[in-house]
Amino acid sequence: MRVGLEAFLLLSAVLFSIGVYGAVSKRSAVQVIMSLELISIAVMVNMVAFARFVTPDRGTGWAFTLFAMVVSAAEVGVGLALVLAIYRRRHTAELPELDELKG
Amino acid sequence: MPNTVDGIAFAILAISMVGGALGMVSSRNIVHAALWLLEVSVAAAGLYYLLDADFIALVQLLVYAGAVVVLTVFTVMITLRRREDAVRPVDFSWPALLLALALGGILLAAAANFPKKTISMPDAMPSIVRFGELLFTARGYALAFEIASVLLTVALLAAVWWSREVED
Repeated sequence: MRVGLEAFLLLSAVLFSIGVYGAVSKRSAVQVIMSLELISIAVMVNMVAFARFVTPDRGTGWAFTLFAMVVSAAEVGVGLALVLAIYRRRHTAELPELDELKG
Repeated sequence: MPNTVDGIAFAILAISMVGGALGMVSSRNIVHAALWLLEVSVAAAGLYYLLDADFIALVQLLVYAGAVVVLTVFTVMITLRRREDAVRPVDFSWPALLLALALGGILLAAAANFPKKTISMPDAMPSIVRFGELLFTARGYALAFEIASVLLTVALLAAVWWSREVED
C-alpha cells in the first residue's frame, strides 16, 4: 500500500482541528500553549509533505519549515514566560480568572 | 527504495499522532498532556523522515521533543503548588467542539478535493549541501536566517525579562 500527498493533508487537517479545539476549550494557559504547538506541528507536516511531493528539487519547503520552527519556538518561549509572569503576580494560571478587561 | 511513502509506516505514525493529540486534549493530568505532546512531536519527526527530510526530522526532535516540551514541563512544575493541582477537571465545551468540527470539515473537504492526485514522489531531492547553500547564501535565505536569529534573541530577552522575580 502506498500513500500520497492527500493522506498527509488529511492527517494534518485532523491534527489542526484537534489543536483548535484544545486552544479554544482549555482553561489552563499552559494547555492552550501546548494546543498551539499542536497546530504548528500540523502546519509543518503540511509544508514538508508539499515540499516532498510538489517541489522536491528546490528545498524551499524545508527552508520555510525551518523558519516556522524558529518562530514557534520563540512563540512558546515568550508565551510560557508570560504565563510565569501572570502566575507570579496573580498566583493563578487559569484563564477564566484573568477577566479584568471584561466589560 | 521506491519513491513512495510506505502505507504501513505512515499508518502507524498517523495513528500515533492523532491518538497522541486526542490524548493531549482529553488528558485530565496536565503533565500527561505534556508527555502526549512529546509523543506527537516524535511521531512528527518520524513522518518527516518518511518524507526524506532527515535534517528537518533532526531539528524537530531537538527543538520540539527537546526544548519545547522541557520548557512546558518546567512551566507546569513552577505553576503548580501541589501535586494534586496537576489533575484538572475536564474542560469540555460545545462551542469549541463545533468550531473545531466546522474548521476540520472545511479542511478535510479541501484536502479530499485536492486536484492533483500525487501518489509517487518525484525523484530529485536536494542534498543537505544544497540545502545549506540555499539557507546561508545571499541568493537563498541568508537575510531571512539573520532576521530569524534576531527574532530568537529578542524572544530570549523577553522571556528572561518577563519571567524575572517580582517583589510585591
